[in-house]
Amino acid sequence: MTDAGVAKAATGIIGLDEITGGGLPAGRPTLVCGSAGCGKTMLAIEFLVRGATQFDEPGVFMMFEESAAELAANVRSLGFDLNALTAQKKLLLDHVHIERSEIEETGEYDLEGLFIRMGHAIDSIGAKRVVLDTVEALFAGLPNHAILRSELRRLFRWLKERGMTAIITGEKGEGQAITRYGLEEYVADCVITLDQRVQEQIATRRLRVLKYRGTAHGTNEYPFLIGERGFSVLPITSLRLDHEAPLQRISTGVAKIDEMLGGQGVFRGSSVMVSGSPGTGKSSIAAHFVDAACRRGERALMFAYEESAAQIVRNMRSVGIDLERWVKAGLLQLRASRPTLQGLEQHLVAMHDLVSEFRPGVVAVDPINNLSIDRLEAQMKPTLMRLIDFLKQQQITALFTSLSAGEGSTMPETTEVGVSSLMDTWLLLRNVEFNGERNRTLYVMKSRGMRHSNQVREFLLSDTGIDLVDVYLGADQVLTGTARVAQVAQERAAAELRKHDQERKLRQLAIKRAALEAQIAALRAEAETTAAEERLAVTEAALQETLARETSETISDLRRADTTRK
Amino acid sequence: MDDHDAVAKTPIEFELRLYVAGQSKKSLAAFANLRRICEMHLAGQYRIEIIDLLKTPQLAAGDQILALPTLVRRLPEPIKKIIGDLSNEERVLVGLDIQPVRA
Repeated sequence: MTDAGVAKAATGIIGLDEITGGGLPAGRPTLVCGSAGCGKTMLAIEFLVRGATQFDEPGVFMMFEESAAELAANVRSLGFDLNALTAQKKLLLDHVHIERSEIEETGEYDLEGLFIRMGHAIDSIGAKRVVLDTVEALFAGLPNHAILRSELRRLFRWLKERGMTAIITGEKGEGQAITRYGLEEYVADCVITLDQRVQEQIATRRLRVLKYRGTAHGTNEYPFLIGERGFSVLPITSLRLDHEAPLQRISTGVAKIDEMLGGQGVFRGSSVMVSGSPGTGKSSIAAHFVDAACRRGERALMFAYEESAAQIVRNMRSVGIDLERWVKAGLLQLRASRPTLQGLEQHLVAMHDLVSEFRPGVVAVDPINNLSIDRLEAQMKPTLMRLIDFLKQQQITALFTSLSAGEGSTMPETTEVGVSSLMDTWLLLRNVEFNGERNRTLYVMKSRGMRHSNQVREFLLSDTGIDLVDVYLGADQVLTGTARVAQVAQERAAAELRKHDQERKLRQLAIKRAALEAQIAALRAEAETTAAEERLAVTEAALQETLARETSETISDLRRADTTRK
Repeated sequence: MDDHDAVAKTPIEFELRLYVAGQSKKSLAAFANLRRICEMHLAGQYRIEIIDLLKTPQLAAGDQILALPTLVRRLPEPIKKIIGDLSNEERVLVGLDIQPVRA
């Protein structure tokens, strides 16, 4: 009615309000159609129950097929107590029943009786919401369809005039027809179709907003589930990619892996994939991951699709991880199941429910392959995307293990290309078969937004947990296991040898130097002797000179020679 | 009880209830048609109760009334319903399971 967009009435149904951008058109009828058993009635009753309990909008449920008692019994398993709501005047159930065989038609009539009943029901509880389930049953009960059609048209208009947010359910028609009796002609504001399909022996229910006048809405088919807490539509995620990107880093639980990831581990809220062939230690990494979270005091949720919870606890104890204490402390939940029993989406909804309820800091899924029965990548990717988006929005760090093809394939990583683009960090585990033994290696394929090591490490599982050691890169072979150990020994021997050699050399040099020094000392002594001799000679010469002069003077004196001559 | 042409000799066999919505054309036509048919074929054996749902809407659910006007044959059992303004006498008689009185 208003120009500024369409006013919406929140359904309170998980996911549906997201897809429709806030709920069903307020004060207008919405057609929900689908084949038998696809959940129309469940959607409708949940719309009323949530309206009555969460939005303070009482509702009238006018049913044309089931009786009130049957309906109440059917939805009790979802935790909806219709009788209590009825007693509180928040809900009114009216079973409209027509027995074709009891009815004779003569002359003109209209469906004013239905209007009066509806009006009375609405007034008696001040209803804001109305459900007609399934009004098409009237077509079987009333022979004059021309009257019925015009009256239904009038009814929907009347509901609109009274400002009722209404759900009208309809049976899916043959072929292209949306409903069997063409109800979509009269209810034009919003049409939602439900569908149930069986694929690979697994039934999946899907919901689609076919039409929503005057508003943007998700147009895809969204899987939904009728679970323990009612109706859930996927995606839980919004249509946008706008989750926060925290800078906080958290440990993967293996110090050496953290070191490889720039020394600090992964970003909070990021998704980590650990892929590898069977027996490469994926589950152990997952166990370390949840263990580390529990140590930090965060809650952790682990979905295990290969082993039972007890088996995981036992097996992880063998690598030194005590998961049991976390389970007992309520920090860890191990959910072991065979997901292939349910549809992929159904499982996803269950996961979502559990995550919403438990609110963990980290989630581990081991392995994602089992989510799909025969590796239908095309199916798995959107599902995983929804899961990852959902977890990211909750800032939950997720670790997924992925089983890649066996050793036969030369590039095991290619098998996961499909889902890898969804992952922020990808650790690849590979078996290296060499020298008659098989060893595990680990490397970081990618890690968005951080400097990470490109070095292959050898991955060791011991009874104290995971350890990583540098591998040896030989001439053309990565050395692991005993080959690496042999290499280490060899290197050690060589080092020893070099050490000895060095020492010997040093000793020799010392000796040589000592000899030289001795020589120097001898020469110096000689030099000193020579110097002394030199001094002696000089003195001697001077002495001789003096002596000679004195002698000649003496002689002159004696001869009395002419002194003046001199 | 016996506010109708009480012939008193024969007991009331037909207990009829006519549901209408106010004084609409269809309501009035239905009532007139019903009176006429009953007088002709069930004289003295019937009782008609008129329920105006505009005044007592809560009564609509009890007899599962949707269409208006609706005539409900409450007695004799089983319950029968005839919807419409009862303009087709023959069908009303079939609906009420009455042997027409041949005049």
